[in-house]
Amino acid sequence: MTAELGHFALALALGLALLQAALPLYGASRGRPALMDLARHTALGQFVLTAIAFAALARAYVVSDFSVAAVAQNSHSLKPLLYRLTGVWGNHEGSLLLWLLILTLFGAMVAVFGGSLRKTFQARVLAVQAMIGAGFLAFTLFTSNPFQRVWPPPLDGAGLNPLLQDPGLAFHPPLLYFGYVGLSVAFSFAVAALIEGKVDRAWARWVRPWTLAAWAGLTAGIALGSWWAYYELGWGGFWFWDPVENASFMPWLAATALLHSAIAAERREALRSWTVLLAILAFSLSLLGAFLVRSGVLTSVHAFATDPERGVFILLLLGIATGGALALYAWRAPTLGKGAPFRPVSREGALLLNNLVLVTACATVLLGTLYPLFLDALDAGKVSVGPPYFTATFVPLVAPALVAMAIGPMLAWKRGDVAGALGRLWLAALGAALAAGAAFAYGETLAALGLAAAAWIGLGALVEWGERLRVGRTPAGEVWRRARSMPRAAWGGGLAHLGVAVVVAGITASQCFQSELILAMKPGDSARIAGYTIRYDGSARVEGPNYRADRATLSVLRDGAPAAVLAPERRFYPVERQHTTEAAIRTTVLADLYAVIGEEDPQAGRTVRLYHNPLVPWIWIGAIVMALGALISLSDRRLRLAVPVRRRRHPATA
Amino acid sequence: MTRPAAILALLLALLSAPAQAALDASEMLADPALEARARALAKGLRCVVCQNQSIDDSGADLARDLRRSLRARLLAGDSDEEAIGYLTERYGDYVLLEPPLKPATWALWFAPVGFAAVALALALRYFRRRE
Repeated sequence: MTAELGHFALALALGLALLQAALPLYGASRGRPALMDLARHTALGQFVLTAIAFAALARAYVVSDFSVAAVAQNSHSLKPLLYRLTGVWGNHEGSLLLWLLILTLFGAMVAVFGGSLRKTFQARVLAVQAMIGAGFLAFTLFTSNPFQRVWPPPLDGAGLNPLLQDPGLAFHPPLLYFGYVGLSVAFSFAVAALIEGKVDRAWARWVRPWTLAAWAGLTAGIALGSWWAYYELGWGGFWFWDPVENASFMPWLAATALLHSAIAAERREALRSWTVLLAILAFSLSLLGAFLVRSGVLTSVHAFATDPERGVFILLLLGIATGGALALYAWRAPTLGKGAPFRPVSREGALLLNNLVLVTACATVLLGTLYPLFLDALDAGKVSVGPPYFTATFVPLVAPALVAMAIGPMLAWKRGDVAGALGRLWLAALGAALAAGAAFAYGETLAALGLAAAAWIGLGALVEWGERLRVGRTPAGEVWRRARSMPRAAWGGGLAHLGVAVVVAGITASQCFQSELILAMKPGDSARIAGYTIRYDGSARVEGPNYRADRATLSVLRDGAPAAVLAPERRFYPVERQHTTEAAIRTTVLADLYAVIGEEDPQAGRTVRLYHNPLVPWIWIGAIVMALGALISLSDRRLRLAVPVRRRRHPATA
Repeated sequence: MTRPAAILALLLALLSAPAQAALDASEMLADPALEARARALAKGLRCVVCQNQSIDDSGADLARDLRRSLRARLLAGDSDEEAIGYLTERYGDYVLLEPPLKPATWALWFAPVGFAAVALALALRYFRRRE
């Protein structure tokens, strides 16, 4: 019964979405307040109904109602409760419902928190949001109904892929979807602004918090996914330039560009129409990601061609949303007028450089991701575009932005002074030189470049804070006073840059200074890696709730004294008939000692893979710092105030 | 796979092959120099039944077979190029994680430079127009 309730709630939500997509637009153009107000209520209604549907599906998973097809295919009564719950979104239908839940949540938030928006504008934003909602609700109801029943119901479910039965991956989709779907708000704001023909500073100020929230979610979601890959897949890699990863990375790149150009649009009314375009592109890339991942086109173009129903539906959504928005843009953007002029060397110029670099890099990732599909579709041969391609193109493309990252925030608006900025960055330059020197001492040229960039960016962010607070030039009391009155956006922006520095250091060090040892060990054998002695004490059979495992005991000794015990596992899940490896990781924050085990050979012993990964935890710490920076920026007073704050026209201190 | 897969199911389709662990100690060559060459080559070769995973990282049976035949070629005295050629003859360029430069991939390799040039040109035009 609850499944039908959920199904019915979704159908009702589709009805509300259709109303909301049409009536408020009409109301806004004719000045009918009642029709405009309708949007706020239907947005809340859509959210409540979708939440009911989601709860109904979650209940089916929790009580293991195998008469629901999605539950029967993806769950099992022996699964721990946590994974029965997170299994709700561990498949196509359920994850689509999660997508809808977050989409309608964002719509409801625009309805609730958008009180400061112009009435007509809010109505139009909500109408556009409802068009997206209607598209996805229809997609769910007509091609991917999560409430489909099966008869007769199987005695038990088919289980969930064991790789998904993991806390890291369980919470990866909600965060990622928060990011993907959050970008829909920026998209709706852009389309509504094009309809109204008005993009001003207030618009940029409204768009920023939504983009910040979405970006924080995307950043955290991507980081969580990469962390999961690192500890679960068992060879210590964390990023594979896989098409599915790229599908989340492209919207992230576009959203990062959008965040930066929106600063210029808000402070200086510069780059306005470009910001609108980026808002459209960022969400379009989210939709493209959904198409790539859900259509099956990645597995093979031909598999997609034989069962194209879902893929074609998303492609249609993508075409209508992106095509429609771009057509509107082409028509209305010329009327937006020219922004405030600025010199190439200026804060705006630096933000523009950031945008050019990020968009170029994003286009390259897009090309690399789609190229094999194009060639395959044209029958021009099969090629693989793997990590070597992306490293060879992406890294040199973003390098200029890494250099400019420290300089940009030091430049004045409108017309800046690079020499002056560089002079004030002497500390960062010194740090970069020292980091490079240290890496050269180890004979690693690439490491020298990467670590120098990290030091340059990180110290650059600190120097910028120091400049704002006048550290060393005023008494401590004055510095403290300035620190307390410094806008949260300045703290957040600096923190996000600091996070990038930490990530760059982590990637560089873990790539250049990793040690690896693969060997067969018998109980009592020892091996040495990166100053540690690892002794294999043997392995034992352990029983988990829905798996059995071989668990090895590896004693870690430093200078003969016991430092830790690593217990990597090889699990077998009988229901799904799959093996997984569970890495054992001992982290000191400065480095990870990482161990996985393979099969046991009666003669040679058990294969043990040991890695020492310097600074690898910094990759995820840095990503968290970046997301935290976005959240702090989000709490900036200026972004929350209803009325635009009158700023002094002199930009030098901004 | 006729039914389009879910985001995660698909993510896993790419990663689910590891029924076995990756490179096993028993596969490794006794000569450290030869083994180092084999590992370096293996990292650039695609496990053709996986997605974007090298045969060095993959636990799929096919990856293991490829690792073995790669090592067998090196033991037989093949140069790196000969060993790679042996595999591309059988699996095509698909087996190379780094796409080779040839007419069909010119666009792939040169377009990023083009993107950067277009970006630069647009920026220049933007500033010209304002002066």
